[in-house]
Amino acid sequence: MQQRNISFNNFEQCIKCTICTVYCPVVSVNPAFPGPKQAGPDGERLRLKNKFFFDENLKFCMNCKRCEVACPSGVKIADLIHSARRNYDKQFPELRDVVLANTDLMGKFARPVAPLVNSLISTKPAKVVMDVMLDIDRNRAFPKYQSRGFRGWFKKEARAAQDCYRNQLAYFHGCSTEYQHPEVGKAFVQVMNAVGWGVRLLKEKCCGVAMISNGLWSQVARNANHNIAEFRKAVSRGLPIVATASTCTLTMRDEYPHILGIDNADVRDHITLVEKFLFEKLDAGEIRLVFKNDYRARIVYHIPCHMEKLGWSIFTEELIRMIPGVSLTVLDSGCCGIAGTYGFKKENYASSQAIGKSVFDQINALSPDFVCCECETCKWQIEMSTAYKVFNPIVILAEALDLEATAAANQPR
Amino acid sequence: MSTNTFDVIVIGGGVTGSGTARDCSMRGLKTLLVERHDIATGATGRNHGLLHSGARYAVSDPESARECILENRILKKIARHCIEETSGLFLSLPEDDLSYQDIFVKACGQAGIKAEVLDPKEALRLEPSANPLITGAVRVPDGAVDPFRLCASNMVDAKSHGCQVRMYTEVTGLVMEGETVTGVKVLDHLTGQPGEYYGSVIVNACGIWGHAVAGMAGIHIGMVPAKGSLLVFAHRVNDVVLNRCRRPANADILVPGDTVSVIGTTSTNIEFYDCDSLHVTPEEVNLLLGEGAKLAPVLNETRILRAYAGVRPLVSDDSDPSGRNISRGIVCLDHEVRDGVKGFVTITGGKLMTYRLMAELAADLVCRKLGHTARCMTAEVPLPGSEKGSLESISKRLWNVPTTLQKALVGRAGGSAKQIPLADDYAGSLVCECEEVSVSEVDAAIENLEVHNLLDLRRRTRVGMGTCQGELCAFRVAGRLAKAKSGAPKARADLKEFLNERWKGMYPVAWGDTLRESAYTQWVYSEILGIGEKL
Repeated sequence: MQQRNISFNNFEQCIKCTICTVYCPVVSVNPAFPGPKQAGPDGERLRLKNKFFFDENLKFCMNCKRCEVACPSGVKIADLIHSARRNYDKQFPELRDVVLANTDLMGKFARPVAPLVNSLISTKPAKVVMDVMLDIDRNRAFPKYQSRGFRGWFKKEARAAQDCYRNQLAYFHGCSTEYQHPEVGKAFVQVMNAVGWGVRLLKEKCCGVAMISNGLWSQVARNANHNIAEFRKAVSRGLPIVATASTCTLTMRDEYPHILGIDNADVRDHITLVEKFLFEKLDAGEIRLVFKNDYRARIVYHIPCHMEKLGWSIFTEELIRMIPGVSLTVLDSGCCGIAGTYGFKKENYASSQAIGKSVFDQINALSPDFVCCECETCKWQIEMSTAYKVFNPIVILAEALDLEATAAANQPR
Repeated sequence: MSTNTFDVIVIGGGVTGSGTARDCSMRGLKTLLVERHDIATGATGRNHGLLHSGARYAVSDPESARECILENRILKKIARHCIEETSGLFLSLPEDDLSYQDIFVKACGQAGIKAEVLDPKEALRLEPSANPLITGAVRVPDGAVDPFRLCASNMVDAKSHGCQVRMYTEVTGLVMEGETVTGVKVLDHLTGQPGEYYGSVIVNACGIWGHAVAGMAGIHIGMVPAKGSLLVFAHRVNDVVLNRCRRPANADILVPGDTVSVIGTTSTNIEFYDCDSLHVTPEEVNLLLGEGAKLAPVLNETRILRAYAGVRPLVSDDSDPSGRNISRGIVCLDHEVRDGVKGFVTITGGKLMTYRLMAELAADLVCRKLGHTARCMTAEVPLPGSEKGSLESISKRLWNVPTTLQKALVGRAGGSAKQIPLADDYAGSLVCECEEVSVSEVDAAIENLEVHNLLDLRRRTRVGMGTCQGELCAFRVAGRLAKAKSGAPKARADLKEFLNERWKGMYPVAWGDTLRESAYTQWVYSEILGIGEKL
């Protein structure tokens, strides 16, 4: 009797300390957002009284999870907010939100005509049209679609070679690797092969994080169920599931059960991020890395919000610090303001840039050679808002490693 | 007629007294309401907040059952802002005799209460928190009522009909001329001044304390103080009232009220001298939890906000039979007939549910004594704030896109919400974050609702009734009160009293997150606000 408290997403554990609201990036720039405490645990009590207490302004939550990281009581505040949107928001998502949320589908449409799409969406008239018609802010720079995706490259250039590795893993590459940044996937395969691991691809679907943000609930549930079924197959064959995108990883591990109510307990711990995977194998003495002698770089590391939530930035930091010739500065923890599709929306553009300002200022002040970051939307935001390039840590590793020497060092003896 | 002289003086600011004052003043009588503390500080504010359908009494007390269902229908018309029509379920558990259900349904039918037998699966769909082991379920028109709001609305409406109200004014004795009561001697606790008020009829509507007031006229009423304890859970566990389908017993009603759920009650006979210092015992907490979890197993794992207890004013069967002229529940005594004391009436027994009927009976008796012929209007004229429509439709009528704050305000004030200005940022900012109470709602209550301290304000606005129990609101409210009324030293003393009163309710259930939160509250007040020892 009364030995434990099982309230939904721990909302009753809130003791109103209000630390979450202090750490919320949105509350200080957008007064319309009630803040995590009001929108989360406080709002939940009112919504349980009467669903009419659902507040439309919950849409201003970026789902950055900084409130949850700050919460000393373990309340899943952002999960509460998004569960409330899922359970109570009866408005159908507008066209703009459907377009932005379907990262996968948009990529499929754009790919065959990628050069055309890329040059079109970077012209001023097109931006104005999107701004006026779709409320996608005209100041936003779009990532470039690639004519040849990662999977196409893998099939043609890499798949045949994978069978020769003793160890096998399943790679979840995510939408941005497939459509915009295939170099991330290529780097992943190079590094993994060098340390003696063969790469398998899953029949993956978009993790659905943007669908959660934009309220496409039935679609994201379909994707989630599909992915979890794929993961079960992989796990049953003994394959760990390794990803290169921090947000996809967090979504599939934690958002599926907490927001969508989809049970993933049997596969959750098998889903990991490449930096954690590599560090743990290194730490256990199972793999070795051999770096180039002449690699030199001054790098700053921007920790994405979802990396903060995962608590795994230490692995990236340690890996990058292993590279001789690198000086690494970790930026003060802060949100860059983009939050996936959030910053693309006209109503959020000003907030988005105001939130990211301290991150941009720090980067500019440090003037590094480039920025290290696991998250592709952070990359778009920082590249648009500063003069610096951003690279995924696996790309940096692939560049800094002597891949041949590494491969030789990892040969079974 | 001097300013100290009235047609009728009602003693007791509970719902019966406030209702009687309203009824009398609506009938055109010059009325005074005196109360030693604040409104709803006795049994009125210390019960389930259950809008009985009468089903609970259908088998054991058909007359009370009929009174309840009639009043249930009336309150749904005149006090919409105080009421939530949740409906109720009477659940049979495997340990209960299912054959009682037939007796129960039949008795409900005879009392005029709609009782619908449901398939247990249907009942669980209707109320998912109900025990999945139930073997039977009956749906009845139970609901939830906010007793503080109901009492305040009666008091406010009485005032608008010319009634004078004196809170914190304790009756210390009766003014007697021979065998006639002609007035009351009072002590004004706000000023410390004694005084006297004179009335043609004095109504004793003091609940269990009516025993002592009658004693001032040398009259004995055989009363039994019965303590009932209840637990408040931190959020709504159920949306439908849950009862046990068996003879009424301990801890067999779970009521969803506003943002919380309440389980109760126990029943223990106590001494009169204990009525002013009630404590909930660990045994009572165990009993409430153990029995409560049979209705809704989730109670085992839900945070408990606080515990409280009230005293039922039960009138014993051996009192003068001629005085029990209405029912075994309501007792309306004409002391001229019963005891040969003129100008003195006692209205007691009864229930929160039947307060209006009790008030009507008392006012009828007062009118007969005064030879006044005005008709009772309280069954037809709505209380201020009572307005047709759901929370949603009223909110949208007042504001195109209501904010959470506005919705919460309508939830409390009903149609009267429009009188509270929320336009500017400061007036519309939050004082109480748990229950969404604004600066302007607090200010309006201080100005219009007979508020003298923080505790009074809680009874008007739900300030401090949420999960933080005053952690974030009490000092803000103290500031508003100091500014509007009392000044800083008194507000500081009020603040101390308020926080101690909140702690009193948390103490019997101080474990887990409730204990953690109260420790944090203590830290906020002593270490951040620096008012610990000096408070």
